[in-house]
Amino acid sequence: MRYAYYPGCSYHGTGKEYESSTHAVAKKLGMELVEIPDWSCCGATAAHGKSHLLNVALPARNLAIAEGMGMDVTTGCAACYQQLAHANKRMTENQEIREKVNKVTGKEYKGTLKVKSLVEAIGTIDPELIKSKVIKPLSELKVAAYYGCLLVRPPEITGFDDPENPMFMDNMMKLAGAQALDWAHKTECCGASLGVSNLGIAVKMINRILKAAVESGADCVVVACPFCHLNLDWHQKSVNKQLGTTYELPVFYFTELLGLAMGISPDELGLKTHFTDTQKVLSLVG
Amino acid sequence: MESININQSIAKNAHFIEEIGIESGQPVQKCYQCGKCTAGCPVAFAMDYTPNQVIRMVQLGMKDELLKSDTIWICASCSTCSTRCPCKVEIAHVMETLRIMAGRSGTAPAGKAKYVEIMYNALLSTVEKYGRTYEIGLVMQNNLKSGKLFNGADMGLPMFQKGKLKLSPSKVKGAAEIARIFSEVQKMEGGVK
Repeated sequence: MRYAYYPGCSYHGTGKEYESSTHAVAKKLGMELVEIPDWSCCGATAAHGKSHLLNVALPARNLAIAEGMGMDVTTGCAACYQQLAHANKRMTENQEIREKVNKVTGKEYKGTLKVKSLVEAIGTIDPELIKSKVIKPLSELKVAAYYGCLLVRPPEITGFDDPENPMFMDNMMKLAGAQALDWAHKTECCGASLGVSNLGIAVKMINRILKAAVESGADCVVVACPFCHLNLDWHQKSVNKQLGTTYELPVFYFTELLGLAMGISPDELGLKTHFTDTQKVLSLVG
Repeated sequence: MESININQSIAKNAHFIEEIGIESGQPVQKCYQCGKCTAGCPVAFAMDYTPNQVIRMVQLGMKDELLKSDTIWICASCSTCSTRCPCKVEIAHVMETLRIMAGRSGTAPAGKAKYVEIMYNALLSTVEKYGRTYEIGLVMQNNLKSGKLFNGADMGLPMFQKGKLKLSPSKVKGAAEIARIFSEVQKMEGGVK
């Protein structure tokens, strides 16, 4: 299992726990993530609103570099995944677009790669292998697996999981020994793209998701996107302040919980840098 | 919504539906107003026109009203509508097409919509310069341009303390290649400066 790995711009900042837990879990699973050399921003979440061509060209530069590595691409960030998968589809299906974009980037992408989200890349590993690495099953833990929008929609671009009731993360959480809850807001958008420009709108969207997760009886929410994490974890305070709620619901990356179940230390996974206290959940899983 | 003389609007912008159909690649003429897009839209509460109204307005050639609307900027591009549309219209992509068209035509968004455009420009200007997003630069430029100087300021310190904010940008070696992408796109199609 070797992949050309695209970290995405939040890898050393707001999403740093995702980055550290991804590498720790990949190592346990014998999955080799080779960073795309000199990768650049995919354009999320702005290029799509400025220019169709820019929106394909920014991710295309990275696809062209990855093609030279001869490995399919994977990335943890749902927004980067959407951008890379969208550009890949446009460029493999339409020669005219491919030639035009290659002219813009000055790099030739032939269109030979597959782009997989990290959820798909880990979720398609033999379940027995994952199970064999679980030494501390999360048996007390009830999780609400939250997929959000860009990981599973539109299905013409994503396609690996059901767009209305995805199960990849639920299945991985079950392999880690946790109880994955059936809940209503798995794929409801959290409004992260509006977090900087219109926080007042975003907090209402976040509130709906947190409310549904709490009502389902979840101990925590599990995500696969640094924007979803930032929004649900960081802005939980903003929701409480603006809407008078009292949420204290930890939000984890799926790789953090897989890592805990595999016996990787909370420090190595980055569990100490969340904004919502993770201690309650950590004590549940020992 | 105020009352509109539909006949006049169609006469004035008869080609609008075709133009949107070609640029977005979406069969906008097929929409029969079932309303499924609006029923599932998580941001409909903050829009001036709902998603199904937007598609109807495209069919009616109401270009000016659409390019000035908040909706085309507030849409979060989550594609719930696109996934559920029985006519296979990717409505989120139509919204993006309208947004790009508004930018090209120089229609300045107002209010909530203006803040979205400011964020786009702030983010992309850091990418053009460094090849990657530079979060502090993005927020500073966003706050200066939007006049909301202390937007997120209360959150900045805790984020810094947790080591989640990098003070200096991470610049790619091929930064000149990224700047070239922006200038080539500008030359070919415009709309990114």
